[in-house]
Amino acid sequence: MMEWLEPIQKMLGPAWLPIWTLLKIVVIVLPLMGAVAYLTLAERKVIGWMQIRIGPNRVGYFGLLQPLADGLKLLMKEIIVPSGANKFLFIVAPILTLMPALAVWAVVPFNAELVVANVNAGLLYVLAMASLGVYGIIIAGWASNSKYAFLGSLRSAAQIVSYEIAMGFALVTVLMAAQSLNLGDIVRGQQGTHGFLNWYFIPLFPMFVVYFISGVAETNRAPFDVAEGESEIVAGFHVEYSGMAFALFFLGEYANMILVSFLTSIMFLGGWLSPLPFLPDGILWMFIKVAVVLFLFLWFRATFPRYRYDQLMRLGWKVFIPVSLIWVVVVGVWMQTSYWLW
Amino acid sequence: MSFFDAVFYLFAVITTLAATGVIIARNPVHAALFLVLAFCSAAGIWMLLEAEFLAITLVLVYVGAVMVLFLFVVMMLDINLVKLREGFWRWFPFGAGIAGLMVFEMVWVLGSRQTSESGRAVAHAADYSNTKELGRLLYTHYVYPFELAAVVLLVAMVAAIALTLRRRAGVKSQNVSEQVKVKKADRLRVVKMPPESRADGK
Repeated sequence: MMEWLEPIQKMLGPAWLPIWTLLKIVVIVLPLMGAVAYLTLAERKVIGWMQIRIGPNRVGYFGLLQPLADGLKLLMKEIIVPSGANKFLFIVAPILTLMPALAVWAVVPFNAELVVANVNAGLLYVLAMASLGVYGIIIAGWASNSKYAFLGSLRSAAQIVSYEIAMGFALVTVLMAAQSLNLGDIVRGQQGTHGFLNWYFIPLFPMFVVYFISGVAETNRAPFDVAEGESEIVAGFHVEYSGMAFALFFLGEYANMILVSFLTSIMFLGGWLSPLPFLPDGILWMFIKVAVVLFLFLWFRATFPRYRYDQLMRLGWKVFIPVSLIWVVVVGVWMQTSYWLW
Repeated sequence: MSFFDAVFYLFAVITTLAATGVIIARNPVHAALFLVLAFCSAAGIWMLLEAEFLAITLVLVYVGAVMVLFLFVVMMLDINLVKLREGFWRWFPFGAGIAGLMVFEMVWVLGSRQTSESGRAVAHAADYSNTKELGRLLYTHYVYPFELAAVVLLVAMVAAIALTLRRRAGVKSQNVSEQVKVKKADRLRVVKMPPESRADGK
């Protein structure tokens, strides 16, 4: 802990711990919300350029105030509760989507010291919280009392449960390689004298691919966005939502995208470690890696057409799960030999 | 009452209320959601016992997967609530008897001298890892029962799939490996023919 804070700590006494923790939460959540806002702008700009358009450029210089304008618009809009909807669950559903998406950040390390809770079972916690996110979507679809919303939520539930298995196995290989569930220790396990050659994406390459694609599926992003499927079921689970309730789903989705990017960087791309041994490690590397992974998300959306539902299920159950099962065994055997260099 | 006790009682009260909600909720979907709440607060109590692996696994497996599939089914059922409530008073004495028996059993186990003397959880060192400890026990002391349980589960899983698998005739599902194996020559025929010229030479 920093020395200059000690007099304040003495003054507050037992109230210090909750206040300090609350401050740490604010320090993470506020920039996260800012990042979400500008990720939406980045997405529109990047996809615009990929499709040879300009993208938003009216509000502010270079369209930089567009996210603020969008947020203000959503705040002013009325939230309409459909007739026959379950009012309580209808309002609770968006909150349930955003809550786990924010709660996971408690264990995400930004660099060697910067983490809210240095939990030993961090990786398990991440998996558990990520699996809670589906409730918001299911409840939203059911409480809306609409067939489109209900179909969207059922698709989403089946999709998330399927891809979670492959994702879990991908994480099992990571924890085998790092011999720890602590996210900080996982990054430290990738430290070495050879820079990026020490990172886990090399020995665990198939798992790196499986994890990232499952992450795209878990966040309901294109090409796996069958839960929304505008051309088939209008907008899926959030078809009845308007105003800020809709915005919460949006925030949750983008916060989850950033989270999956962070986790991919931490587990496979060496987190805050520098790619070249003569450059210093630091939080900047983390942000660069996250930005690159986030760009992949946008690139996917601009490039691939939506998967058909049965093809999506096939990819999850018949391709990813067998591949990850085999790779768990391969890594287990590999680690017993002298050829395991990580 | 320390902070620890306050947190324990908070979780305990939520668990009990949620469990009551499961049986008195009129709507089955609400009942399933109450069960989710009960699991989450039970995980909180386990967390207080420093059993973080069990607590997180409870959330991961039961809340994250089992209850999602439960809700999935319950939401699609067309349940007639009036029919569901028929015969409530007829079966009430039976249910009350079972509930009484369970209360008796729990008081018996939890109130016995052997367990009540160590009513508080054992305090562990700061570097104690519940996950590591469980793993060590499962793969040394209990390795045979553990592997046996795994095999039983696998057999049950295969059996469940085999029981529900129905082959329907005339399903037009795509065969991906055949699609991938297709060569250009299978579908495309390049025909060579001499250019035709018009009679008037233009």
